[in-house]
Amino acid sequence: MIQLDGIGKIYQMGKRQLEVLHGVTLRIEKGEMVAIMGPSGSGKTTLLNLIGCLDKPTSGMYVLDGKEVSHLKAGELAQVRGQKIGFVFQTFNLLPQFSALANVEVGLRYSWNTDHLRDKARQALTRVGLADRIGHRPTELSGGEQQRVAIARAIAKDPPLVLADEPTGNLDSRSGAEVMALLSSLHEEQGITLVMITHDPNIAHYCQRIIRLMDGQVVAEEKVL
Amino acid sequence: MRKLFEPISTAWLGIITHKLRSFLTILGVVIGVAAVIALMSIGKGTERSVISSIQALGADLMFVRPGATTTGGVRTAIGSAQTLTLEDAQAIAQEMPYIAGIAPQTSTSLQIITGSQNMRSQVQGVTPDYLYVYNLEVAQGSFFTEYEYQTGARIAVIGSNVQETLFPETNPVGMQIRAGNYVLRVVGVLAYKGTSVTGQTDDAIFVPLTTMQILSNQPRTSRGEYIVSSIGIKVTDQKYSPAVKEAITDLLRYRHQLGTGVDNDFTVTSLEEIISSVSSVINQMTFLLGAIAAISLVVGGIGVMNIMLVSVIERTREIGVRKALGAREGDIWGQFLTEAAFLTFTGGIIGVAAGWVISYFVNRSGLVSTVVTADIVVLAVSVSIGIGLFFGFYPAWQASRLNPIEALRAE
Repeated sequence: MIQLDGIGKIYQMGKRQLEVLHGVTLRIEKGEMVAIMGPSGSGKTTLLNLIGCLDKPTSGMYVLDGKEVSHLKAGELAQVRGQKIGFVFQTFNLLPQFSALANVEVGLRYSWNTDHLRDKARQALTRVGLADRIGHRPTELSGGEQQRVAIARAIAKDPPLVLADEPTGNLDSRSGAEVMALLSSLHEEQGITLVMITHDPNIAHYCQRIIRLMDGQVVAEEKVL
Repeated sequence: MRKLFEPISTAWLGIITHKLRSFLTILGVVIGVAAVIALMSIGKGTERSVISSIQALGADLMFVRPGATTTGGVRTAIGSAQTLTLEDAQAIAQEMPYIAGIAPQTSTSLQIITGSQNMRSQVQGVTPDYLYVYNLEVAQGSFFTEYEYQTGARIAVIGSNVQETLFPETNPVGMQIRAGNYVLRVVGVLAYKGTSVTGQTDDAIFVPLTTMQILSNQPRTSRGEYIVSSIGIKVTDQKYSPAVKEAITDLLRYRHQLGTGVDNDFTVTSLEEIISSVSSVINQMTFLLGAIAAISLVVGGIGVMNIMLVSVIERTREIGVRKALGAREGDIWGQFLTEAAFLTFTGGIIGVAAGWVISYFVNRSGLVSTVVTADIVVLAVSVSIGIGLFFGFYPAWQASRLNPIEALRAE
């Protein structure tokens, strides 16, 4: 599903160059659920952004779902994001002026497959257990519920890959556990490939594999038993 | 359809969540459009009322006036030459087809005296056809007859203002007035007409042209023909105007013995030509008014641009989210552009309504008549959409260029 070969990423900070990733080689199989862990500044988010086609690597090769994507133009990357990748953010990032249903619809609108938009959005919200909350605005929902709307938005277009950047970081432990249970069940039932960043070892243990990052390099990969 | 609907519903949500800000944003456009509508409607209304007052004379009217004389290469004003004669008018009446009436006239200014009142007035020497040619009506008494004209009867028909000045609250018919050294009997009073392109009939006194020749030693040409100051002609149908105009020109050139290469010593003007020149002048004025009002539209557009730029910054994170979800630059650009256009379109609609109301009250005040025409409304609304597109272009472009990672990190 994901094949990274010698990925490097250098940010230009004014006159200084900041090398965030160097030589990351990584392989994530279809249907895997993987956690990326590491201290702050280790390049976790940069790596996730590259996997999510939000950014391009400075060097190296990235093959996503059998397609080389490291040299695509901005518009083509947007298309890949729209069709293949669902994002779940730490801060939910729902559009505050829209209802839950409309938020999920916005996600579908850019997916290049806009038939039965409303039905798909409704199904996704039902899948995350919010069928009775579709008309509510984000401000009327609890943190856990907001994150579930965000998950519904990510999975509504049925993407092969879902990326989550600390999905439980802003939640209390009970809501966090609920969200993780939901992600695990989606992974198991729908075979979605899931890559998530987390600081929390308990959360990481929902995954099958943990990739440890340090100073822009993969330092360890361990299977979760 | 959905591609268009989503930005519009987003724009609408934006408008109702920030009611005051949205109102202030589009206020410039509202005022601009309202000003354009109100001013253009005043222009159009003026044009209509001027043209209809000209047309009240009859669009089938033509005038022949003397041309300019050229003495030693110095050309005088049009109408100053004494080339047009009563015989010219008679020749036109006899030889031209499609002529319903002909009214040669000449005038002089005389002191008019009754028992206790006196006034200076323009005395017009006219033929009995005058009344018909210029669509005038007699309010009291009657106009003079062909017989009275032929015999040079010492009678006069007075304008309504003359009546008010000389005969306040009395019936002037049958009374006597003195014009210069002659005593005339008043036989009729003309109905009030107001000012028109043919001049003021309300302040004038009308006498038979034959009487005029006695009253004030009228000049004659070298061939002994009586000089007239103008000839009014009514054609049987407006559609013959161009042909009649041409025929009259030929006839008068022949009568005035003008060889080829010599300029006309007269001019023939149809009312149609006057209408078209008047309406073109008013149209230019209207356009100018509209252009001045349009300046405020531009200022309004700059206000929209300002707020759109603020909105792009405020919604940086939203833009990041949309990009992460797969929105391309074109999607974001289109969204912000549609929002800007929708904002100004809303402003345009409100502006049209406000302009309409202003125009209605101006009309009711009786100062100027106003007409709101469909083309003005369509123009104003499309211009307001255009302003949104123009001034939304840059903010939308900025929004579309945002880097998704940085946009997602924004607070």
